[in-house]
Parts: sequence; C-alpha cells; structure tokens
Amino acid sequence: MSKKQKKLLVRIIISAVLFAIIFPAEHFFEINKYIVLCLYLVPYFVAGFDVLKKSINGIGHGQIFDENFLMGIATVAAFVIGEYHEAVFVMLFFQTGELFQNFAVEKSRKSISSLMDICPETAVVLRENEEEEVFPEEVEVGQTVIVRAGEKIPLDGVVTDGTSDIDTSSLTGESNPVSVKSGDNVLGGCINLSGTLKIETTKEYSESTVAKILELVENSSMHKAKREQFITKFAKYYTPVVVICAVLLAVIPSLITGNVTDWVYRALIFLVVSCPCALVISVPLSFFGGIGAASSKGILIKGANYLEALAATQTVLFDKTGTLTKGEFSVGEIYTANSFSEDELLYFAASAEYYSLHPLALAVRKRAKNFQKPAGSEELAGFGVKAVVGADTVLAGNAALMEKENIEFTVSPQNSTTVYVAVNSVFAGSIVLTDTVKDTSSDAVKQLKEIGVKNIVMLTGDSEKAALSIAKKLGITSVHHSLLPADKVKIAGKMCKEKEKNSTLVFVGDGINDAPVLACADVGIAMGTLGSDAAVEAADVVIMDDNTEKIATVIRIAKRTVNIVRQNVVFALTVKFAVLILAAFGLTNMWIGVFADVGVAVIAILNAMRTLKIK
Amino acid sequence: MKKTFRFEDLDCANCAAKIENAISKLEGVNKVSVSFLAQKMILDADDSRFDEIVKEAAKIAKKVDCDCTLIIG
Repeated sequence: MSKKQKKLLVRIIISAVLFAIIFPAEHFFEINKYIVLCLYLVPYFVAGFDVLKKSINGIGHGQIFDENFLMGIATVAAFVIGEYHEAVFVMLFFQTGELFQNFAVEKSRKSISSLMDICPETAVVLRENEEEEVFPEEVEVGQTVIVRAGEKIPLDGVVTDGTSDIDTSSLTGESNPVSVKSGDNVLGGCINLSGTLKIETTKEYSESTVAKILELVENSSMHKAKREQFITKFAKYYTPVVVICAVLLAVIPSLITGNVTDWVYRALIFLVVSCPCALVISVPLSFFGGIGAASSKGILIKGANYLEALAATQTVLFDKTGTLTKGEFSVGEIYTANSFSEDELLYFAASAEYYSLHPLALAVRKRAKNFQKPAGSEELAGFGVKAVVGADTVLAGNAALMEKENIEFTVSPQNSTTVYVAVNSVFAGSIVLTDTVKDTSSDAVKQLKEIGVKNIVMLTGDSEKAALSIAKKLGITSVHHSLLPADKVKIAGKMCKEKEKNSTLVFVGDGINDAPVLACADVGIAMGTLGSDAAVEAADVVIMDDNTEKIATVIRIAKRTVNIVRQNVVFALTVKFAVLILAAFGLTNMWIGVFADVGVAVIAILNAMRTLKIK
Repeated sequence: MKKTFRFEDLDCANCAAKIENAISKLEGVNKVSVSFLAQKMILDADDSRFDEIVKEAAKIAKKVDCDCTLIIG
C-alpha cells in the first residue's frame, strides 16, 4: 500500500468512527439542528477535504464534469437541503471506493509485471579478471558475464565457457529446460539451472530480447481496442447528459410542484451516478489482463486492438513451413538419371544452392559431402536457382523450373517437396526432401475447429501432392499449393476482402520472408521466432516457441477477455440506468446512487482482474 | 518525432482519456496515446513544434487532474 493510500485509509477510518458516533447520538439526544450540522461537517471534511479542494481547482480550470467536482456539488447540496448524514455517508463511500479502485488497479498492474518477471536486476561482469556486479544496462557488447546456477542470464549472448541447462519458460512458456554448451546462443531472462556459464554479450541491454519484450507488453495498452475507444467516446457524452438531466430534474418539477427539496435530492442522485469510471477503467484493464495472461504463456500481443480482433477469428491462414511443419528439412530419397551418380547429383545441387539460406538448400548442403562455390548464381524466385559450377551450368529447383527450361525429366514418385537438378540442360535426377510435421499441429487444428474457427487454410509453395498429403494428415481441407511468395499476399488480400464483416482473418507465419502477408492480414502471428527482430517488428502477435497449439490458446484468451469486457459494460450500464430511472421517480436514495458509482466500479475491476487468470 | 513520456500520479482513467483528447487537438500533434494503466504517453508530433507541444501537454495534464505530473526529460 502506498503512502497516499495509507493516508486515505486512515482518514476514512477516522471519519467512519466519528460518523458512527454522531449518527446514533443525533437520534438519542435532542440536539440543536445547527450543532448537528457542525458535528456532521467534521467527518465530512476529514473524509472529503481533498475532493473539495480538487473540485475548487477543477472549477478554476473549467473542468466542471470532473468526478470530484460532481461529488463535491452533490454532497454540499445534500447538506443544504438538510440530508446531513447522507452527505457524509456518500463522501465516505465514494472515498472508500476510490481507495479500492486505486488498490485493485495497482494490484493488477503489479501482477502483470510479475508475470513478466523476466527482467534481470544485476549482471556479474568480468573486467580484467575481476568479477564486478553492475546493472545490465551498464554491460557493453563483447564483455563477458558470469552466470551461476539459479541466476538469471542478464543479456543476450554466446556461451564461451561451461555447460548447463537453462529454463526458458519466462520467455517461451515452455517448461522443459534446454541444455546449452560453449558456442550456443542464449537469451537474457532465461534462468541458468545447473552449471556456471561464461557468456560473451552480443547485444546491449536496450537492444536485448528481454528489454524489447518488456517494452512491447508495456506499450500494448497504447494500442486501444475498439471497445475501449467506444467507451471513452461514450463517457464524453454520458457525463454532460446526466448532469444536464440532473439540472432539469432539479428545476422544472420543483417549479411545477413547489416541492424543491424532494426534486433536488433526486437530481443529486443523478450527479452521483454521472461518473463513467467503472467503464473507463475496467475495459482497458481487462484487455491488459488478457495480454498479461498471454505473455505468461510466451505469447506476446502488441496491442489491445489485436486481442479484441482475435476474439472474432473466423479464418486462420497457415503458411505451412515453420508453423505446421518444423521447417527443418532432411534429404529423403534420391533418384538419379542419365548415369549421374548420387554423389555427383548432390555435389551439383549443393554447389548451385551455395548461397541460398532456404531450408531446402540447407538440407541439401548438409547431406552433400563436398561442394564448391559457384562462379555465378542467379536466384529465380518461385523456381529455384541457376548457377555456374566449375564449367557446368546447373539448374536446381522445382518441376516448374524444368518445364520452363524445356528439360525432359521424370516426376518423382514421392508426395513430398522435391529438388530437380539439371546439368548443362540434361536432367541429372531429383532429391526428395521431407519436412516433419510438428507433433502439436494436428491437435492445434482440432482445437481451432473446436473454438469455432470456420476456415483453416494452408498456404504452401509445395507441389500439389506434397501439400495435400500433409493437409490430409492434419485435417485441413482448404489448401493453396504451388504458390510463389507473391501469390500468398494475393490470396491473403483476396480472402480479406471476401470475409464476413466484423470477422477476423489471422495469418500465421514463421516470420521469415512473410512480412507483407503479416501486414496484410487483420492479425499477423509470427511463431517460433524467439530472438528474431524482424519477425517481432512485422507481426502483431508473436509466439515465442514453436508450439502450434498456442494459436488456439491465444484465441481462447481473446474470447474470454472480450466476454469479460462485455459483462462489465452491460453490468455497469444496466445498474447505472436502473438507478437513474429509479432516482427520477424518487424510488431510491443517495446510498444506492453511490453504490452505482464506485461500487459498480470496484465490482467491474474485480471482474476485469479475472482475465489475468485465464488459462 | 515520436517519444514516450511517463506520468506520475495519474489517478483516474477518465482523466487520462480527457488528457489524451485535449492533447490530440493541439496544433502539430499527429497522434497521441495516453495509457492510464501504463502511466505513459506516446506522443507523435511535428519536430518543429515538439518541445512546445510537450510543454502544453504538461499544462493540460495539470489542468485536467491537478495531482498528476507529466515527467519531461
């Protein structure tokens, strides 16, 4: 509890005790009316002097629709019409509510930051063979830090000495420890579980993954959800309208009936109910909680607007490689032709793809025993490569490349991605590559169907056969195959236009080379991209590990969050309007009015905090 | 230019909305977002008037909620 909150609490208690003495005393003893007034003024000021001070300031600044001002007017007017104990009680309750609100908001803010408790506090840096404890911000790139068992790795870097298991769960939500040895990259925020590690830092703190994640989650509340914007707009009109109604209610019926006190009292209830705080706080708080719950599972959401959009997901587009499949290829069958040997085939293929970082090229190079730098090579997007290897011109790529170059070739019998190779326009054979489907993928597809995602679509550059065989295994019926990179953008764009209004189209990619599609979808999810800056930059949602099931998880969190937001909006508005109507007919009192204000706010906040616990 | 600022004692969510609304109407402000939960403001405004806008923003914050301070610097 902060100092400010403690002070307020003490004031509330003193005021409540005084009130508890005066209230019965007034009924037991015949006390002069003015003395009673003076007595009630004491707890009133103890509880509410800052509210009055703020409201006077507010008038000076022209802020007449400020909640303090409204509460000040309402209670002062209550004194004027002789409702002393109500005035004190309303002020007391209002302050108690404020304290609760303050407390609850702070608590949820704290629990989110503790979910995000990945920020290392200190780093032990090795300077001239002396260990020195410093703040992570002070460590420079290229310095060596020492991390002992049980400590948090302070910065991103490379292990130079030692072996250990590290716990990456704070970043990825994945609880299985990862073993690291000399030469491995490690990320700040992970916990070193067993041995002592020496790590050479590769990034400054402000550039490190941890700092980026923290900033991203903190700033997520800046991207406001539509519902939040709506509520803010609503609040802008709600307060003035209710206040104007209050004035009308105080003046017109009083003039007609002559019963001033009664109608002014009803108007005061209006003033008490006119603050929209319950809504204005609880909506963003719910989204913030949902984002916090997701981040504890290794899912980063860049803004409340994306979380809100995810709740309406009807279509999920998967870019197959790296999302549904591991994106790690290995060479399977090798078919040679025209008297080339297996080794020759691999040699030409690997040499031709010498410069390529494509997962397929990596697999071929891994398998080939020897290969050399080509004299020249040209990437043919969507087809493959054309390279000069020694004295030979080599073509390596898909079937379309062979057709394009008019080369007679045999289609491989396998339902899988195949690299066809031609040397000096003679077909040399084909290499079949297999990409393993992730263990989690078919469950992920099932879960998405269960939570009401209507269309699950797979996009891939693979041939029809390869694509359909994987899709069938996963239970995906809609497949677009043999796509060039540009086709993926076109398909996503077309589906965006054709989708139902207010529904959301999600694109899931591995964050490599798919920035245009990520940007084109309503929500772009990049996955398996721990530490990749480009993907974090381009995507709206980042899944830190490669667990496909987390796509369903994040949509589920989004749905629950939006549900809670809905509950709060309906609850707060219903209670407020009900009290307004009752007040207009004189069927309620200020006690209920103040409940409809701060009481509802506290309940809404408590409800909003449930989002933190969504599983 | 785009810059992030911190608030101190920004106590009411409705005030945050009011502050955001008032600052967005200042001349030269492209986009402003005030978050009550993060107690932060991200201001995107013209370079030529940036410092002036920040000063005016601080004044607005004080005016709407006299308890809160926009931390400049």
